[in-house]
Amino acid sequence: MAGKGPYSEKVMDHFQNPRNMGEMPDADGTGRVGNPTCGDLMEVYIKVNEGKLEDVKFKTFGCGAAIATSSMVTEMAKGLTLEEALKITKQDVADELGGLPPIKMHCSNLASDALHAAIKDYMEKKGGK
Amino acid sequence: MKTVYLDFAGATPVDPRVRDGMEPFYSEIYGNPSSMHSFGREAAEALESAREKVAGLLSAPKSKNIVFTSGATEATNLAIKGIAGRSSNKKEIIISAIEHISVTNVCRYFQKQGFTIKTVGVDEYGFIDLEELKKAVSKETALVSVMYANNEIGTIQPVREVGAITEDAGVPFHCDATAAVGKIPVNVVGDKIDMLTISSNDMYGPKGVGALYMRDGLRTEPLLHGGGQERGIRSGTQNLPGIAGMGTAAELAEKEMEKRAAHLISLRDPLIKGILDSVPESYLNGHPKKRLPNNAHIRFSYIEGESIILSLDMIGVAAASGSACTSKTLEASKCLTAIGLSHEEAHGSLQMTLGPSNAMEDVKYVLDNLPAIIKRLRAMSPLAPREEN
Repeated sequence: MAGKGPYSEKVMDHFQNPRNMGEMPDADGTGRVGNPTCGDLMEVYIKVNEGKLEDVKFKTFGCGAAIATSSMVTEMAKGLTLEEALKITKQDVADELGGLPPIKMHCSNLASDALHAAIKDYMEKKGGK
Repeated sequence: MKTVYLDFAGATPVDPRVRDGMEPFYSEIYGNPSSMHSFGREAAEALESAREKVAGLLSAPKSKNIVFTSGATEATNLAIKGIAGRSSNKKEIIISAIEHISVTNVCRYFQKQGFTIKTVGVDEYGFIDLEELKKAVSKETALVSVMYANNEIGTIQPVREVGAITEDAGVPFHCDATAAVGKIPVNVVGDKIDMLTISSNDMYGPKGVGALYMRDGLRTEPLLHGGGQERGIRSGTQNLPGIAGMGTAAELAEKEMEKRAAHLISLRDPLIKGILDSVPESYLNGHPKKRLPNNAHIRFSYIEGESIILSLDMIGVAAASGSACTSKTLEASKCLTAIGLSHEEAHGSLQMTLGPSNAMEDVKYVLDNLPAIIKRLRAMSPLAPREEN
């Protein structure tokens, strides 16, 4: 019926059917980035086993791009080593989603930052033990 | 898939009766209204007939008070630039805090030229603070611009009181009536309005046409210089098909206003009530009664507007939001923050504007589907309290 919207099919798919959505009460690390004032806030939770991301989940307040990038980053990160996961960039997430509208690249593409924050949280907790 | 259009504030379909009235002006009556010959005279007659109909809708004393433009943005630019631009000593413009961006951005332009822009606040419903306005007008004021009704939350301003204040102060009053015209009665004389902006598409006429009402005796500076059409105020050969369409749209709006408003209100109120009743932590923006007949504006805690719009679009419902993410500027609606909402609250707003083609089954469709959409988005939001179940 209608033409293409601002988002790729893949973005819309992740928005409609988000992967790994939900809290993780026993998370090994939690990363929270963004600010509700700006309209985007993400939390990423990780479970680490033998240096690898055994499970990654998220919760997000935000626009379509914010939700889709959160969902995508959890998929990308699952099974990776912490070092590998820390190398995931905003551009990687956007590329995996078939691109994002330019205006959304910076404001709503915080998922990789949230993932990195969760890993740092894990490492700090571990270092403190 | 079922589709439900609830964005009549965004754009409207042209009424088929309006379209029929426009048809002859493409290939049959095509003369230039400024030409002397019979073709031109026929076109000029149609132009003046449309002008009379628009003047009638606004209760303007004379049809020559109407200047046709390319739309509301041009009409507003003409009004503000035409008055403030020729003011040599008065360097101040007063506006309300919830004006349309076409007003605020013209003011921003004047600010760069050294003007002072005073913004008068509004209350929680969006009503302008009349006391503050009264105090703000001074000998320095070149112009006051206050809208008739707000395009987002639908609040209808106490325009007559604004007109009384500006008349007392001897300051020209421009009123952007784009959202209001055709939906509620507008009387430029009774409301003491000096200049009034309207657009055709907001009353089911074609896009790309608008008009500025200018009271007699008001001197202005044109934006466009050329052949001196529209009494020299707006040069350029008139868009006759569009203007004829606007004329018919105005005539129909005047004739059918009450009937249309009754229909819209009969859908608006159950839509608002239905949502507020079925969705926890949902709130109405704007005033429950003094609002445009077609406007329902609701905010939902813990979620963001663009994801509501996208979710509704997936089920065929077209609506709008004041969220930053749905704007080109990535700023939350200034109107929503001006009525006292936090940015976070403003982000979670949903604007639905009804039109003549909507029916109760459209309202029902939204009410059947919206609560689940809100619930799903809240389940994803780290801000929402966890649901107990």
